[in-house]
Amino acid sequence: MNVRAQALLWVAQRYSAMVLALCVIVHLITMIYAVRNGLSAAEILGRTRGNTAWAGFYALFVAAVAIHAPIGLRNIISETLGWRGRSLDIAVLVIGLLLVLWGLRAVWAVFG
Amino acid sequence: MSTLSVKVWRGTESGHYQEFEVPRLESQTVLDVVTYIQRSLDPTLSYRFACRVGMCGSCAMTVNGKARWTCRTHVSKVAENDCIEIAPLHNLPVVKDLVTDMQPFFDKWAQAQGRFQGNKTRKDDFERVQPESRERTLVDAGIECIGCGVCYSSCDVVAWNPDYLGPAALNRAWTLVNDVRDTGNKTRLAAVAGDAGCHACHTHMSCTERCPKQLSPTAGIAGLKRAVLTAALKGEL
Amino acid sequence: MKNDFRARSHPAYWAFIVHRVSGLLLSLFLPLHFWALGQALQGEAGLESFLRWTDRPLLKFAETAVVVLLAMHMAGGVRLLMLEFMAWRDWQKSLLAVAAGVSLAAGLAFLLNIV
Repeated sequence: MNVRAQALLWVAQRYSAMVLALCVIVHLITMIYAVRNGLSAAEILGRTRGNTAWAGFYALFVAAVAIHAPIGLRNIISETLGWRGRSLDIAVLVIGLLLVLWGLRAVWAVFG
Repeated sequence: MSTLSVKVWRGTESGHYQEFEVPRLESQTVLDVVTYIQRSLDPTLSYRFACRVGMCGSCAMTVNGKARWTCRTHVSKVAENDCIEIAPLHNLPVVKDLVTDMQPFFDKWAQAQGRFQGNKTRKDDFERVQPESRERTLVDAGIECIGCGVCYSSCDVVAWNPDYLGPAALNRAWTLVNDVRDTGNKTRLAAVAGDAGCHACHTHMSCTERCPKQLSPTAGIAGLKRAVLTAALKGEL
Repeated sequence: MKNDFRARSHPAYWAFIVHRVSGLLLSLFLPLHFWALGQALQGEAGLESFLRWTDRPLLKFAETAVVVLLAMHMAGGVRLLMLEFMAWRDWQKSLLAVAAGVSLAAGLAFLLNIV
């Protein structure tokens, strides 16, 4: 990976972090609100089923975290295990893709 | 007269601490202690110093686990129960005892293109740089580096990522990025970007915490991150 | 030779440890979270039976811990964004206190709501 791509990874992680900061604030408030009478599937799904605004929000949340987390893991792995180079870049790319798929499946589960 | 119990690193990368008893004096510096040991107790002890007044940057060592300039560090400030432990700077190869090989440190200054590049000749007039200008203020904030290696030795990213240029070299590059006379910034920004450059910094701020000149390489490195971002968006990286 | 805890004992380094550990744990938690929500693919009953399974003190404690980790990573991350993207000098240490306060408040609010 060339220097430009490495710099862009940093940019992607910081920009996704800005999106995530907003998403997490909304998520924290929703959670604290949602658990006040105990969690129930009916209440959660009543909020999310067929609601495109929530689905859009969670899809954005999933996309941002799937960019953000693998880049962070790449740093942790290279600094603590000394694993670097193309093989690591491919591994974290795969992690990112799996996170997107797995996350969108969860969004679909509470929307559909 | 009270005495100070001093543990001094002997050997190279492998070695051991040797204990000495040194007379405790008023206003004594850690460098005074090392000098006393070498002159009065064990002439085979190796260490490095030159100016003794905090200008040359050659006497930095690890004192009680923290990198410090020993000539300006008073024993009273660092001694714990009249004991001090003195080791060579971390993150650099040990030549012998308290002497490290500074070559990797300075090689990285060169890699970060820490050399001024201008395009004027002696026939040109002086460049006029306003002392209050934004660029000059940013240069002032980082220019007093004495190259002692304390920041490099304190930085964990240097230890975890051997290619990382380190705080001092990046701080130097940042002062040149803000030097309006410099013409080498396009290649310099490419040299300081990426996994071995400014983007490897995790804002531990150990460099800022330990810098004896109270500089903040962390702030300069953050500035480089922004400068590289701007260059990348313009397609100049 | 390498640094030990003595070289690392200052607030910005502790903030780094918190950010790294919380980031790693959240990354590991994420697939579990997505799996749990995926239970709704089997309809409301699927999700409901999973939620009832989580109604035990140990898991409520773990949930609160995850909420605190998330709040810490978010607040510490906003601090980092401010340090990296804004000109700064003297107010960085108060940012740390703000980040710690936000995380604590989020954790408490969650805890008080589930008990």
